[in-house]
Amino acid sequence: MVDDILVRALLEEGLHPLDDREPATREPAASEPDLPPGGVAITIAGLTKSFGSNTVLHGIDLEVPAGQFLTVIGKSGCGKSTLLRILAGLDQATSGEVLFDGVPSGRSGHVARLMFQEPRLLPWARVIGNVEVGLGARRTLPGAEDRALAKLAAVGLESRATDWPSVLSGGQKQRVALARALASSPNFLALDEPLGALDALTRIEMQGLVEQVWREQGFTAVLVTHDVTEAIVLGDRVVLIEDGIIKLELDIDLPRPRRRGAPEVAALEEKVLRHLFSEGGYVERRAVA
Amino acid sequence: MSDSQIVLGRVLPLRSKAVGRRFGRTVKRFLTTDAAAWIVPVALLLVWQVASQLGLIPSNVLSAPSDVIDAAWRLTLNGELLNNIAVSAGRAAAGFVIGGSLAFAFGLLNGVSRIGEKLTDTTFQMVRNIPNLAMVPLVILWFGIEDSARVFLVALGVFFPIYINTFHGIRTADAHLVEMGRSYGMSNWELFRRVILPGALPSIFVGLRYSLGIMWLTLIVAETIAANSGIGYMAMSAREFMQLDVVVLSILLYALLGKLADSVARLLERTTLQWHPAFQARRKET
Repeated sequence: MVDDILVRALLEEGLHPLDDREPATREPAASEPDLPPGGVAITIAGLTKSFGSNTVLHGIDLEVPAGQFLTVIGKSGCGKSTLLRILAGLDQATSGEVLFDGVPSGRSGHVARLMFQEPRLLPWARVIGNVEVGLGARRTLPGAEDRALAKLAAVGLESRATDWPSVLSGGQKQRVALARALASSPNFLALDEPLGALDALTRIEMQGLVEQVWREQGFTAVLVTHDVTEAIVLGDRVVLIEDGIIKLELDIDLPRPRRRGAPEVAALEEKVLRHLFSEGGYVERRAVA
Repeated sequence: MSDSQIVLGRVLPLRSKAVGRRFGRTVKRFLTTDAAAWIVPVALLLVWQVASQLGLIPSNVLSAPSDVIDAAWRLTLNGELLNNIAVSAGRAAAGFVIGGSLAFAFGLLNGVSRIGEKLTDTTFQMVRNIPNLAMVPLVILWFGIEDSARVFLVALGVFFPIYINTFHGIRTADAHLVEMGRSYGMSNWELFRRVILPGALPSIFVGLRYSLGIMWLTLIVAETIAANSGIGYMAMSAREFMQLDVVVLSILLYALLGKLADSVARLLERTTLQWHPAFQARRKET
C-alpha cells in the first residue's frame, strides 16, 4: 500500500513523462556536453577530526567504489555529519586523507555537492534562479536557464519555475535543492539527512526520487541518516558509525526498488538496530524482561 | 435562512437589517482600500474648518484651512511657492544623496571587512551620539550661512540610520546561505551580490525610511536659520509679517513632502522585496 502511494505520487508529480521532454532539453546540451557524469571512487584513509580537544572522528578507513550508494547511520553526535562535510570539502580533516579516484579530493577536479539538512534556498531568487546557482561557473553561459529547467523537470517541479521559494511546501523546497545539486552534474553527491524534516509520506516519495536520479546519473552517493529503514532501502552498503569509528559495515544485496516492510528489509533493520543499541544494553535488558 | 423568514411575513425589519448588513460590508471593504488611510486626515481638516468658522479657533491662533488654501493659491500665482518648494527639495535631495551614499558605502565596507569596522566604526558611533542640530553653531562657523551648511546638516542627519542598518543587514547575513553559496563555488563578489546584499535589503530599507524622516526634520531647522529661500524661510518671514496662513501652509507642506518621500520608499521596498513573505501577503490583501 505504501508502494502504491509512492507510485501514485511519482506519477502525479510528473516524473513519469520525463522522457517526452528529453528532446527539448537536448539542444543546449549539444553545445555543452551533459552526459551522465558517472561516479567517482572515494578512498578514506585514517581520517580524524578534532574540534579543540574534542575528537569527533577517530581514524575512519573506508572505500566507496564509483557509483555506489553508501548510507551512514549513527546516533546524534557520532560524527557522521562531520565525515560528510569533510567528504564534500566543507571542512578540513585534522589528519588522514580523502582521495577521489586516487587523487586528493581538493585537486581531483571532480564535482562534489552536498545536499543540506535544510533546503537553504535563496528566498530572493525564484525557483529557477535557485537551480541556476547549482550550475556553478556555467550559470553565466547561454543555455543556463534551459539546463536549470531540465533539472527542475527531473524533480517534477518545472511548473513552479517562476515561483518564490516561500510559497513551496517543505518537500518541494527539498526537491528544488536536489535539482540545484544535480544541476552541476556531480560525480559525488553527499546527502546530510535532507529528508529528516519531511513528513513520512513526502519522505518516502523523496527517497524514491533520490534513488531514481542516482540510477539515472550514476554519481557516487553518501547519505547520512537517522532512519534505519531509509538506510537499508536506499543503500548498497550501510555503515554504522559510533563514537567516531566504524562499528559495522553491511552490504545490502536486495534487488531495487526495495519494498519497505519486506521480510528481508525487516531482518536487516533488526540486525542494525541490535548493533546500535547493544552497547547501551537496551536490547539485552529488553530480552531479559 | 433570512429568505424563509421573509416568507413568514416579517419583511420590513428583516430587509432593513439586510440593508444594514450590506452597508456594513461595503464600509468594511472600503476600510481595507488605500483611500481609507486618508479618512482621519480629511476628517481632521473638516473639524478644523468648521471650528474656525464657528469662531472656536481664533484666527490669530490658527488659520482656517480655507485661508491656508487661499494663501497657497496666492503664492502659487506669484511663483513663490513653487520656487521655495523646489529650493527645499533640492537641498533635501543633495544632502540625502551625499549622506546616504557615503553611509551606504561605509555600511557595506564595514559590514564586509573587520578591518574597516575596527578603523571607522568607533568614530561613527561617537559622532552619531552628538545631536546633529547641536552642530548648528559649528556648521555656521565652518560653512557660513550658505546652502552648503544646510546640505551638510542634512547629510549628517541621514548618514547614521542608513549606515547602521546597512551594517547590521550585512552582518546578520544567513550563515547557512553563505556556506551554501561557497559550496557551490560562488566567488566573493557573487556571494555578495547574490546572497549577502539581497539578504540585507529589508534592513537597508528600514534605514532608508528612517533617514527620510530625519532629512525633513533637519532641513526644517536648518532653513529657519538665516536662509533666504526655501519652505523654512517662507515660514520664518511670514511669521515676521504675522501671515499665519503662510506659516500653517509651510508646516502642512513639510507633512505632505514627508509623506511623499515615505511613499516612494515604500513603493521601492515593495518592488524590490517581492520575494519577502510579508510583502506577498500585503499584495494579496489589496
